[in-house]
Amino acid sequence: MLTTQLDPLAASLFSLMAIASLVLAFVMLGSRWLNNYLYAFAIESWIIAALSASVAYYGGYPELYLIALLTALFRGLVLPFLIWRIMRRLDVSRELHEILQPSSALVVGALGVIFALVVAYHIGDSMGLASRVAVLALTVMLSMKLIGFLMLAVRREALSQILGLLVLENGIFLGAQILIPGMPLLIEIVILFDLLIIVACFGVLIQYLVANVGSTSSRDLKRLVG
Amino acid sequence: MAGTLLLILMLAPAVAALGCILFRQAHIAEWLNLGAAVVSFVAAIPLAVLSAGGPRHYWANYILIDMPGVWIALCAAIVYLLASIYAIGYMRLLSEDEKLWGFYALFALFALTIFACAVMNDAGLYWIAVELTTLVSTFLVGFERAAESIEAAWKYIIIVSAGISLALLGTVLFYWSGSFVLGPTYQMTWDVLREAAPKMNPQLVTLSFLLVLVGYGTKVGLAPMHTWLPDAHSESPAPISAMLSGALLNAAMLGIVRYLVIADGAGVGPLARTTLVAFGIASLLIGTLFIVRQNGVKRLMAYSSVEHMGVIALGFGFGGPLGVIGALYHMLNHSLNKSLMFFGAGNVMRSLGSKDISNLRGVWNRFPVQGALWLAGAVAITGAPPFGLFLSEFVILRAGLIQSFAWAVYIMLVLLIVIFVGFLNHFRAMYFEAEGRQAAAPISAWCVAPMWLSLIPLLILGLWWPHAIWDHLMAIAQVLAGAGS
Repeated sequence: MLTTQLDPLAASLFSLMAIASLVLAFVMLGSRWLNNYLYAFAIESWIIAALSASVAYYGGYPELYLIALLTALFRGLVLPFLIWRIMRRLDVSRELHEILQPSSALVVGALGVIFALVVAYHIGDSMGLASRVAVLALTVMLSMKLIGFLMLAVRREALSQILGLLVLENGIFLGAQILIPGMPLLIEIVILFDLLIIVACFGVLIQYLVANVGSTSSRDLKRLVG
Repeated sequence: MAGTLLLILMLAPAVAALGCILFRQAHIAEWLNLGAAVVSFVAAIPLAVLSAGGPRHYWANYILIDMPGVWIALCAAIVYLLASIYAIGYMRLLSEDEKLWGFYALFALFALTIFACAVMNDAGLYWIAVELTTLVSTFLVGFERAAESIEAAWKYIIIVSAGISLALLGTVLFYWSGSFVLGPTYQMTWDVLREAAPKMNPQLVTLSFLLVLVGYGTKVGLAPMHTWLPDAHSESPAPISAMLSGALLNAAMLGIVRYLVIADGAGVGPLARTTLVAFGIASLLIGTLFIVRQNGVKRLMAYSSVEHMGVIALGFGFGGPLGVIGALYHMLNHSLNKSLMFFGAGNVMRSLGSKDISNLRGVWNRFPVQGALWLAGAVAITGAPPFGLFLSEFVILRAGLIQSFAWAVYIMLVLLIVIFVGFLNHFRAMYFEAEGRQAAAPISAWCVAPMWLSLIPLLILGLWWPHAIWDHLMAIAQVLAGAGS
């Protein structure tokens, strides 16, 4: 178990990075500008890459260096670039009609984190987990999940929804690095590639949306009901 | 032998997809796809027989041929064959010949990904296979490029991807709970998880199972995560609707079933089953409400799929040999029957030029033969004798009573009766109310033949439940019940 035999420096480093990504998720939640989402997402991905690398170093999982590299490359560069291209083509720069003001969304997000914390502590207690890092990782994982769903629910722009999905995935990936660094390499690589395909599909679909529906806001997707 | 058959099953659609991309000709593509479907179907039947000889592992344990998986693949192969025959007639009506090769390439790939779901032995790879089915089928749903179909495709990919990311979280947590027993690195196959299950932390397994259930449940179309389903099923071309409903939903249900076995092993079975039963009842309820007041003819069929997935979830949730047998038999019957229903709906829709039940009138007089087939299918899908679904629903009801889920059985009975009345009322209106004036366009034989091919086996399976199938399903139930119990 990685999380049981950590030296304090590594533990605090992991915690710092996990918390930094959580804060960045809040940055996305609290902003209206698609640019900010994108930057926050890219930085978050870089932090996760750094986390993979440090888990590789402190935990002795050399294959995680590869994952760190691929994460930085795919999540940190290629995905933001793809999304940036879509964004430029669409000429949308901000959310116009969010269901929840960013300020209220922040409050709801904070409630989500508290809920995640309760669940994580409960699980941690029942397993007798000595390490705080595991509980923290679980908390961050669940809260990023909740924040991602919140973004999906309260944002209307197609791009925000894609980024919401990516936050969901980032949360899982981040938690997985700390909780299960030994996960087989193949699975992790396939999941990374899978993400790339997803975003490519979204890119194509957004073009169809523009061409056939004439809008990229889910406000205008209300033909099919009942 | 089984390995070769599996290879044939998977290679046929792969080769067909490749051929479609190479030739880029509509008429070559449709025959390639049909050929692949025939080959897959022919390979799937002996594979199902051979799978009874015990599980087999291939490719460093990543591929598993076992009875539950092959059963799902068989159902998928049947629907793939029927839908491929139907597609030849139906897709020619759309007059998009220059894009058709792309359609058939995706169609074959869609079948391939569904087969892949059925034979993945690694929980992580299974997740990927399910995700790939979404990506491929999104473009099939949006194939017609109308505003409605693009809207449906968008909702489909967003809702299902979000839902399925929960399943990924659940998978990661399952791996984590396994790592306390098996060490930090291990291959996450179904068998390994199942053997480790008794030593896992029950609370963590509960959390993981619920996440997986909601995640794959989104893909199965269990209410209240079903919201993508009516849109995607109603806006995609009819052969794709049949594939989504008859093949894809079963493939996602397989994941839930496999995790249910692990949850049983970890000792959290009762909670897991009760949750599954609750989702099943919710699906039946939502299905009933929307069937009764539905105006879109394909949406009617889509909500009927929600209902039937609910019934299957109830079967697995009740558990015991009877519950599992009923649910598996129901999968087969539903695959046949729902294909028939979507084919009929597609024909009538195309011929009369409307999706709305209120505009479809005089079906009986206009289409005496296929009208009769479709009506028989409608009677079958509501669970009336003498068709297969009656038997399977009956077995599931008995399983519920045995496993002390009587409350669920009574709710299920009431809802099924309401569905019977509501569903057939729409057909009464379509068949016997005064005719409109639209002229009916002719329907090709390609579109009627698969209706025969699905109705006849459905009738046979209703009149006579072969012993061989019963024994096969019983063996699957034993596999799922675990060697220990």
